[in-house]
Amino acid sequence: MSFLEYAPAPESTSILNLSPSYGLFINGEWVDGGDDSYTTISPATEKPIAEIAHASANDVDRAVAAARRAYDTVWSRMSGADRGKYLFRIARLIQERARELAVAETLDNGKPIRETRDVDVPLVAAWFFHYAGWSDKLEWAGLGANPKSLGVAGQIIPWNFPLLMLAWKVAPALAAGNTVVLKPAETTPLTALLFAEICQQAGLPAGVVNIIPGRGSVAGARLVEHPDVNKIAFTGSTAVGRQIARTIAGTDTKLTLELGGKGANIVFDDAAVDEAVEGIVRGIFFNQGHVCCAGSRLLVQENIHDEIVEKLTRRLSTLRLGDPLDKNTDIGAINSKEQLDRITALVNTGESEGAERWTLDCPVPKAGFWFRPTVFTNVATSNTIAREEIFGPVLSVLTFRTADEAITKANNTPYGLSAGIWTQNASRMLRVADELRAGVIWANTFNQFDPTSPFGGYKESGYGREGGRHGLTAYLTNGDAR
Amino acid sequence: MSNSESDIARRAARLYYDENKTQDEIGEMLDITRWKVGRLLALAREVGIVSISITDSATPSERSSSGIIPTDRSRAQGVTDTQSLRSFLRRLPAVDAIGLEARAATLATRSIKTESKRAALDTIIRLVDLTTLEGADTPGKVKSLVAKALVPDASDPTTPRVAAVCVYPDMVAHAVAALGPNRGDGESGIAVASVATAFPSGRSTIDVKLADTRFAVDKGATEIDMVIDRGAFLSGDLETVFNQIVLVREACVRADGSHAHLKVILETGELRTYDNIKRASWLAILAGADFIKTSTGKVQPAATLPTTVLMLEVVRDWFHLTGERIGVKPAGGIRQSKDAIRYLVAVAEVAGEEWLTPHLFRFGASSLLNDVLLQRQKMTTGRYSGPDYVTVD
Repeated sequence: MSFLEYAPAPESTSILNLSPSYGLFINGEWVDGGDDSYTTISPATEKPIAEIAHASANDVDRAVAAARRAYDTVWSRMSGADRGKYLFRIARLIQERARELAVAETLDNGKPIRETRDVDVPLVAAWFFHYAGWSDKLEWAGLGANPKSLGVAGQIIPWNFPLLMLAWKVAPALAAGNTVVLKPAETTPLTALLFAEICQQAGLPAGVVNIIPGRGSVAGARLVEHPDVNKIAFTGSTAVGRQIARTIAGTDTKLTLELGGKGANIVFDDAAVDEAVEGIVRGIFFNQGHVCCAGSRLLVQENIHDEIVEKLTRRLSTLRLGDPLDKNTDIGAINSKEQLDRITALVNTGESEGAERWTLDCPVPKAGFWFRPTVFTNVATSNTIAREEIFGPVLSVLTFRTADEAITKANNTPYGLSAGIWTQNASRMLRVADELRAGVIWANTFNQFDPTSPFGGYKESGYGREGGRHGLTAYLTNGDAR
Repeated sequence: MSNSESDIARRAARLYYDENKTQDEIGEMLDITRWKVGRLLALAREVGIVSISITDSATPSERSSSGIIPTDRSRAQGVTDTQSLRSFLRRLPAVDAIGLEARAATLATRSIKTESKRAALDTIIRLVDLTTLEGADTPGKVKSLVAKALVPDASDPTTPRVAAVCVYPDMVAHAVAALGPNRGDGESGIAVASVATAFPSGRSTIDVKLADTRFAVDKGATEIDMVIDRGAFLSGDLETVFNQIVLVREACVRADGSHAHLKVILETGELRTYDNIKRASWLAILAGADFIKTSTGKVQPAATLPTTVLMLEVVRDWFHLTGERIGVKPAGGIRQSKDAIRYLVAVAEVAGEEWLTPHLFRFGASSLLNDVLLQRQKMTTGRYSGPDYVTVD
């Protein structure tokens, strides 16, 4: 056996203590769902994990009512310091149950355990710790001396970072004094339901957090149009984001949207080449490319194009695709059949439009949904794969000659969520960063997240910011007339 | 070379150098052809009957005008003088410290279990340069080091042997004697590596460094671990650093034309920045290193995973540029199997698995071996034993 064929090192699932079925978490209790139920599966094996209830429109109403009651009677009246204690308790419980949460996330989502263990779950805890600290300091949030919470927040999150997106939404909302009704994505409800257990464990007052798995078209739609919801926070596709904005238009409900992206990763010829290659890999192959801020367009300066592509494909050849629970897996499963079909279709379009395709030569498990890391070179800016968000492990490589051309090409997208710049020249770094229209710009790195840093997009990537002080103000008003 | 040949070479050399005779005159006097005289004089230089030393010029300006001594490798890369060496090294892409350290940290999360772990432990033993470099070293200490190198674990005859023993020059003869027929090139038998060139500081004249090297090679060292002049490197005197490597490489040549393998110690802990380490790695390779080595073990920090990853990237790039494979040796501070396994992962994933042979990768270590043996015993018996179940030296 060659050394590089590392022996299997699977993380055990014995730490999980899952129920065969889960209902809805409303008003601090588990209740049955009014709609039908469905089975959530592991995308790596297609094996069932648990039976999950679907929330009906009535269930949404019940959850919103519970959240309203909790807001009026408990949460909005509690001191910030006391709210903070609950949040700190939740953060510590997340750390204590970190391994369990990582395994559950990997099982349900298909992402590698290395990422859930080293990125997702530690960030989730960090988010709660960060906002726990804010709870009693709201008057320093920049909204005057007497900021007020909004009320009931309806939150709809995607399947790519299920628990992390929950944390991004729930932690600032609770810190600011709101109560929440959260709908996890259909394919990844598991960790949200474990989070409901953590809320119980932390003794969080009933109704402050309500979790209702369900269909977007039923539960999601009802939550968005509910008259007693004061704030909608959505992370997901631009199409659904548009629909939500349309529904909410003209009402009093506040809205933040974190939508798609087609991030440009710009590599100048004076970059630290080996680290840039790492950054490119992290930019697009992290989480199978299921990242809204992925660096899916590589813009590389013409004179180092060949060197970068050669180093990149060589580096990609060391990536290990397979069982996400194996601690040595770099590329896990695609989250759903539906997403796999979409990626496949877009990649076929890329080929038929004339781009040159390179795909990692590696075995792919029989069951489950898989897509091998793919790099397209000779991509024209007009190609579909350079325009549309693929949301998979697919990189499009384009070239540029001058900094101005790089800026023009990077900005030439309906999106504006993220960008990366690789150069050792500090003045060029600052100048290019200034001119990029993207909410997050990474300098000599990519896909780094921190609770202190705001995150969000321009144009069709949405509006509003999550994270840091900015993320807090999305759940507050200045306390004047509302 | 026969005795009579060396006698006649010595006579020719005296006539040529001491009495300023021409080669023609010498040919007549000794009744041989002029060409034969030329060959004898070359031979006399090669085997050390004659040694020629060139003293550094007095002023820096005179010194810099003399330039580097280009090597076949450097010429092939267009590095023929000091200026081209300088611009070659400046053109190398920079290293981003945070990115490099993040890459190393990710490699360190690989989980090496069961058969992979067993294979890794045996590989580590095969790659160890078992080292003793103390002022208090004695022939007896070296003898027991060699015994340990030959039979690392008497309780388990399947335990492989280490690649080499690494000692000071004056201990080489003792190591060679103790090894006897078991001496080899690291694979065929145990190599004898000697530090040289005024190790560990390298603060002496080039004459002393060359004499140090020749002495170790004469006594039977199959590998020379030299140190670069860090002072010169940091002050920008790349020429001195380069030329010293070239000269030491020449001093590694034995009478039969073969040469002791040259490991060039960069002492990364004194070079401080990753950019410096990268440039020094390229410089050492251009000047003729067979191996680039991180540290003497006498300066902290010694070997680190990010530094080793960086040096592996350099040898990988050199391989893709020229098709030639250069070795890497992290040394100092690697004490535990767990850490050593991380280095193996880095070698395999950065440079490639082909590097996992004693010709291309070594661990410079003393206490690492015992930890590997303990881990190995654990994998065989299923139980952890204690330090008393492996020998102290």
